[in-house]
Formats: sequence, structure tokens, C-alpha cells
Amino acid sequence: MKISEIQQEVIEEFAGLGEWMERYNYLIDLGKNLPMIDQAYRNDEYLIRGCQSRVWLNAELREGLVHYTADSDAIITKGIAALMVRVFTDHSPDEILNADMSFIDEIGLKEHLSPTRSNGMVSMINQMRYYAMAYKSKLEAK
Amino acid sequence: MNDFPIDLIRKDFPILDQLIYGQPLAYLDNGATTQKPVRMIDAVNKIHREQNSSVHRSVNYMSEKMTEAYEQARQTVQKFIGAPESSQVIFTSGTTGSINLVAFSMGEAVLEPGDEVILSTMEHHSNIVPWQMACERYGASLKIIPITDEGDLDMDAYRNLFNKNTRMVSVTHVSNVLGTINPVKEIVRIAHSHGVPVLLDGAQAIQHEPVDVVDLDCDFYAFSGHKIYGPTGIGVLYGKQEWLDRMPPYQGGGDMIDRVTFEKTTYNISPFKFEAGTTNFIGAIGLAESINYLTGIGMDKIAGYENYLRDYATQKLSSISQLRMYGTSVNKAAIFSFVLNGIHPYDTGMIIDKYGVAVRTGTHCAMPLMQRFGIEGTLRASLCFYNTTDEVDRLYDALNKVIEMLA
Repeated sequence: MKISEIQQEVIEEFAGLGEWMERYNYLIDLGKNLPMIDQAYRNDEYLIRGCQSRVWLNAELREGLVHYTADSDAIITKGIAALMVRVFTDHSPDEILNADMSFIDEIGLKEHLSPTRSNGMVSMINQMRYYAMAYKSKLEAK
Repeated sequence: MNDFPIDLIRKDFPILDQLIYGQPLAYLDNGATTQKPVRMIDAVNKIHREQNSSVHRSVNYMSEKMTEAYEQARQTVQKFIGAPESSQVIFTSGTTGSINLVAFSMGEAVLEPGDEVILSTMEHHSNIVPWQMACERYGASLKIIPITDEGDLDMDAYRNLFNKNTRMVSVTHVSNVLGTINPVKEIVRIAHSHGVPVLLDGAQAIQHEPVDVVDLDCDFYAFSGHKIYGPTGIGVLYGKQEWLDRMPPYQGGGDMIDRVTFEKTTYNISPFKFEAGTTNFIGAIGLAESINYLTGIGMDKIAGYENYLRDYATQKLSSISQLRMYGTSVNKAAIFSFVLNGIHPYDTGMIIDKYGVAVRTGTHCAMPLMQRFGIEGTLRASLCFYNTTDEVDRLYDALNKVIEMLA
């Protein structure tokens, strides 16, 4: 599935949810189901700075596609991480870098993008893009 | 506390009367900043509309009036903290600005290689980093007073930190995280017995209890306007005259000078020596307005009501079995730092926000203190005299919802 198709899927899932309580509960469930990052990556090297809750992110290149894993010590943040991993994982660096981010507005998570929230959503997305950029240049160098 | 006119007081703070996510706002983040009485808002508004003109500069009528009001504000602060002279009241940008001023200028005046500055484990970063920077400049080092598990300063350890190299003590009056009210008079007495001056960080104390700098005998007292119901960007530094005379200026610019030539500049006397450039004079006047509002109610009455709220909240929060409180001193302001077992403070804060309950989460600019307790952060509810027991109940209910959702 393309990133844009997954985004559409996520938008539809959120549209079925009611007020904030249901959205949070949905994120909490996503967080609980997120496969934990390999313990080897749950350290400062993979920590995304500037978040009130800690977020760890790793990416590997698997047959030309970027495979992300993530974790957080806060459950709502972990749910957001799970959502971002679901949208972006196992796609080509180009597709990730060209992805439209407006789906975040549409699912009502825009408030999580403000710097005061400091929950790492912005840092998380930036870090995912950095990984994609790094793997893109690695692929092009070949 | 039926004699405290809480309903009338809440009417003085228009911001409190609003809905957040459809819920009435319960603003319990007063340690971060306090809300503003309408009287101060109106005063500042009126100046901008009718009176604005630069102070200490021009001969015109407007400027004279403005200068008068600014110096009147200084006298209001002087009276409020019991300073002997208004020249000992310096307007700064806030507590951080005040401490940076002292750390820089006292550093110049007294610090030499090998010297030591005493701070405590519970300091805000604003009372750590300026001293760290000064120590790096002069080859001095920091000595840290440890705290007990309850969040009290270890006074025996404090006494033992003094030696012939100790030059300065800088500690907080009230902890912004633990709420501990430190025995500052005793801290000053001990330091003075070694001939060492003391700065007290009053950012979390000045708005909660009567403060008398002469009674405390501290050498410096720093606080912020915005935490005492005044405007942002204005703060106060009180200093003993002998130090203010000895300290070199912190920043150079207009108003702080006596005479300038390209060869040599001589400086003005305090407080002007430390007020370079056009000051936040409207902020100072706004601050004075807020102080007049508080003294109209009475700081004793405010302290009494806040102690009542503190006791109520302590009892209510401690009835939540999953709640772990940090800061259980018997001498405590109405500041509560806690975590819910197994739940990240950030998750808790996000959820109770949706119930209209505003608190702060994180390290509260006190990372060394978090390290002392081995935690990543806490939630902090900080109450003040316009809060109600009903709001404490709403916090309590919201926390129980969080436990239902996440535990």
C-alpha cells in the first residue's frame, strides 16, 4: 500500500472516533500494540531530544525500503509513534520524503505539533525524514 | 475559611471564568505564572493609552509624570519587602535577570580561583546556571547542599560546606518543585557567621507570604513580577547597599552612567547603575499595582487561605493510593509534585488537560533535583489564593479518570 493510501485509512479510522477520550483511547491501544523497539536501540543514541517523554527511533534499510521501529516511555506518545511507524515504515526513501503531512490535521492531532506540547511528534517526524534522507543518499551512492 | 472572600476575588481575575474543552478552567499552574487582576490590566492599559513617555530622559510633562510613577512603583516594592531605601530596589527582567546580575557583578567583585559558591540540590536552573557560568569565568566551583527524602535541606551538611574559600550562598526561599519553605533566616545567619553573603531566590515565595528583607537579613532577594500577579518581563532585585556600591555594573547603556567619554565612563549610583537602557517602566508600574492589590487583601490573609488550600489538597491527594508525592516537608507551600504509579506524567497531564485542569509536567527546570529522586519528571499542581477546594476536587477526579484509563 502507498503512504497516501495508509494515510487515507488512518483518516477514516479517526473519523469513526468521537471526542478526545476515544481518540486518546485509540492511541493508547495503538501504543500498547506497538512492537517494542529492540532493547539494543533503547538508549541515548536513538533517543530523540527535546521531548518531555522519551522517544526512541531506529530505521534500517531492507531491500531498498526504510523499516522503522520506535518506542516511548509515555503511552500516548507511544501511540503517536505507532501511528507514524504504521504510515511510513517499509516505503522507499523517496516516497517518505515526498509524503504529504496534511493527514495529521485531518485526524485532529495538530495540537501535538505545537512546540509547547514538546511530545516529540515534530522531532519524531523530522528524525524519520533524516533517516530517509540518509538512506536515499546511501542508495544513490551505490 | 468562610471569612475569605473567594467569590469576590475570583471576579478580579477575568481569565478564570472560561471553558476549556467545554469544561470550566481549573488553573493550577500558578508556579509557572499567575493570572492578572483586572486592576493591574486596567492600569497598564491606561498608561499605554494616556500616559506613555520615557522615564529619566526628557523635561516634558509626560516624561516627568511617568518618571514619578516609576519611582513611586519602586517605593511600593520597597515598602512591600521592607527594604530600608528605594535605591536598594533594582528593576530587572525577572528572577532570572536578577540572579544573572548578581552572579556576574558579585563574581567580578568577590570570586577568585579556588573560591566556592554554595547552592542547593533543589535549585531552579536559573539559580544554578548563572553561578556555573561565573565559576567557569573565575576558576571557582559549586558546592551543593543535599536534601532529605522529604525534601528538606540537610542543614548539618550545609554547615559543613563552609570553609575559607566560601564566597557566596544562593538558595531558593521556596522550592518550585517540592514546595518546601526553606529556613532562610537560619541559612543567612549561618552564612553570615562565616562572613559570606546570601542571595535568596524568592520567585516562589514572595506571592505566598509576607517577606521582610531586613528581618531575613539576606544580602540579595530576587523575584519576578509575573509570578506575583504582575506583568511579564519585570522583576526585582533587592540588595544590601554595601554590596550594590561594591558591585560593578552588569550591563552598559543609557541611564546607568554618570559621565561618558571615549576614554572613560563613570557610573551612576544604584539603582540606576544596574538599570541599563530603557527599563520596563510600565511593567514596574503594573507590578506595583498588583502589589497594592495584594496588600489591600492582606498578605497574612492570603497566606492563611493558601495554607487552608494546601492542607485540603494534601489530604485529598494523599487519599489516592497510586499517587507518589515528592516534597512532604512540614514547612510547605501549596505546591504539589507527584507521579501516578506506572503512568508517565506527560500522559497524565495530557488527559487531565482535557478535563480543564491546567498543571505543569516535566522537570520544572530542576533537572538535578529530578536526578536526586531518580525520576524523569513529575506533575506539578501549584495553587494560589484564587483557587478553590472545588478545583482541588476536580484535579482529584481527573486523576482518578487517568487511573481508570491507564492503570
